[in-house]
Amino acid sequence: MTYQLETAQHPEKLRRVAIDPVSRVEGHGKVTILLDEQNKVHQVRLHIVEFRGFEKFIQGRPYWEVPVMVQRLCGICPVSHHLAASKALDVIVGAKKLTPAAEKLRRLMHYGQMLQSHALHFFHLCSPDLLFGFDSDVTKRNIVGVAAAHPEIAKRGVLLRRFGQEVIRVTAGKRVHGTGAVPGGMNKSLTIAERDELLKDIYHIVAWSRDAVRLIQKVHIQDPGLYNSFGIFRSNFMSIVGHNGDLDFYHGTLRARDDNGKLIFDGVDYQEYDRYIEEEVKSWSYMKFPYFKSLGKEHGWYKVGPLARVQNCNQISTPFAEHERKEFVDYAGGTPMHAPLAYHWTRMIEMLHAAEVIKELLHDDDLLSDNLMVEGERKMEGVGVIEAPRGTLFHHYRVDENDLITMANLIVSTTNNNQAMNEAVRHVAKRYLHGREVTEGLLNHIEVAIRAFDPCLSCATHALGKMPLAVELVDPEGQVIHSLSRS
Amino acid sequence: MSQTFILDGKTISFADGQTIMQAATQAGVFIPHLCYHPDFKPHGSCKLCTVKVNGRQTASCTMRAIAGMVVESDTPEINAERLALTQMLFVEGNHFCPSCEQSGNCQLQATAYHLGMMSPHFDHFFPNRAVDASHPDVLLDFNRCILCSLCVRASRDVDGKNVFALSGRGIKTHLIVNAKSGQLADTNFTLDDKAAHVCPVGVILKKRRGFAVPIGERTYDKQPISATAKAVAEER
Ligand code: SF4
Ligand code: FES
Repeated sequence: MTYQLETAQHPEKLRRVAIDPVSRVEGHGKVTILLDEQNKVHQVRLHIVEFRGFEKFIQGRPYWEVPVMVQRLCGICPVSHHLAASKALDVIVGAKKLTPAAEKLRRLMHYGQMLQSHALHFFHLCSPDLLFGFDSDVTKRNIVGVAAAHPEIAKRGVLLRRFGQEVIRVTAGKRVHGTGAVPGGMNKSLTIAERDELLKDIYHIVAWSRDAVRLIQKVHIQDPGLYNSFGIFRSNFMSIVGHNGDLDFYHGTLRARDDNGKLIFDGVDYQEYDRYIEEEVKSWSYMKFPYFKSLGKEHGWYKVGPLARVQNCNQISTPFAEHERKEFVDYAGGTPMHAPLAYHWTRMIEMLHAAEVIKELLHDDDLLSDNLMVEGERKMEGVGVIEAPRGTLFHHYRVDENDLITMANLIVSTTNNNQAMNEAVRHVAKRYLHGREVTEGLLNHIEVAIRAFDPCLSCATHALGKMPLAVELVDPEGQVIHSLSRS
Repeated sequence: MSQTFILDGKTISFADGQTIMQAATQAGVFIPHLCYHPDFKPHGSCKLCTVKVNGRQTASCTMRAIAGMVVESDTPEINAERLALTQMLFVEGNHFCPSCEQSGNCQLQATAYHLGMMSPHFDHFFPNRAVDASHPDVLLDFNRCILCSLCVRASRDVDGKNVFALSGRGIKTHLIVNAKSGQLADTNFTLDDKAAHVCPVGVILKKRRGFAVPIGERTYDKQPISATAKAVAEER
């Protein structure tokens, strides 16, 4: 947990390498690397352009608009923002406890989102690296290449994602940017026809998710030298956990552990998150760096997302996913696994859990109920937290007596992982780039490390494996002396 | 006594004193419109209902039908002009359909779909207009006002209150609230007023309702706006 390589001693004497934009992550990111004449790495930074303007933009808007409006933050996991905002506004309209139907419908929507997002990330964005190798032929290292070499895997990826989108469509009214959740509940339940349509497919969705866990487990175990150490750094980690410490993506209390797995805090009501977490601003990045107050800036940063969640919970409530969790914990040897590439394994365990929960919910008749709304004593402030596909997501609002938003603070999953991603990139740069001629394959190693976190950098999505990538080596005077590009 | 005129090749009957718009609607023929509302005197300001009568352009919501006249409405040329007018309305205000609670119930949006609008085409003005949230039950979001004056007419002619007025001229025209403070809370406006329910877009909104109606059940999810005239004809 150090700041090594964050800031070079004499940047003016170094060459600059920029990977801009990082491909196959959602949105825009840029990596700059400062090298000296011997190609020694002196400084590595992941810059993320984050759309903080949003918090200003919603000030002065009526609160009931917000759950729909905030979805525009992201084209990949809009449902997470939709639900986190709705949860914050539940507090404001005094809906302390939703009706069983509303809670289950929201959960269904969210787990559908988890399934589709994890499937997209694994099959479309990462399987090329994992199946072909990080410096394999760049022309084949994309989903089209996967479809040619492993058509069955590619096809399942598409169908898993489509199923998740279908779950979202029936709960939110649309596949992307629907409505669904409203402060105090939901605006629709499921029809019997909608439910039965999903029930037809859910069994093979569960089966395929099990296969996906096995696939990534095999890939991981076959090459422990790489998978257990690539980009590794130790850190604290955080997530919400549900009842009895269960893995829960929709609701729970905050729990954080240190790098050895020891609890830092537990059972924290997220309405009070700002007593535990603070955000640091750094001059070179638009994205803030959050940390645990009790540990301070230097030691208090943490990671979130699948790797954090699966190791933070006591158990998983569904049988297949729980079995896979135990396998994972066994493999890790009883201490927390910190390897970034283990994100992939845990992500697939989560996808399996999501599929199993969807199956359970589809057998619950509450989904068909029209008892969808509650309200209570109006409050002026509320916080909503959810475990989004990429990690813990905070929405915090204040509303005036005329119902207008006066303050909004969002900590998105990728921001929670900001320092962690920077660390991973630094470790990879040091190990693979240090003292060597920079090639496309080597630069892809950097991107592989970033992609493990599934960063959602802005609301844009990009054509598969086709995102333009420009890399420039610039000498101390700013002259481009060498450039690499793929487009 | 039944008299007729020709609209796009179709014979339309009308009663004395009826406008082209009224006669067409009764016959189940849709003519795009925004400032026209069957319950109020026509205003003739949005010009979306423009048709050609014997080759000359006129607003069909104000023009009385005359026996034997030949009217063109659904032609590529006229629809192109309607489209341009609609696009201008979109850029003149702030119409962000994706996060607007009126989406699916909005006449401007439905008209844009009807005319095949794919983009606003013109540069956005992005005007800076504050909302008026002072009233306990109703929110005014002036960003979406298309100056159709329906609320003005409803409040004056039905509610007898004169809560709203159009002020300024030309491009500076804007909707105001008749109170010293300019705030809706300082008028005798209530949610029961006719004026609370006539806005064709998303300016005058019942508070805290938001997105209560799910996608699929909103007005124009069920039928396109062009079907509204047919519905009127069928009711007769
Ligand atoms: S507020 Fe609505 S009804 Fe009133 S003038 Fe504006 S658009 Fe027309
Ligand atoms: S509807 Fe005729 S001018 Fe507006």
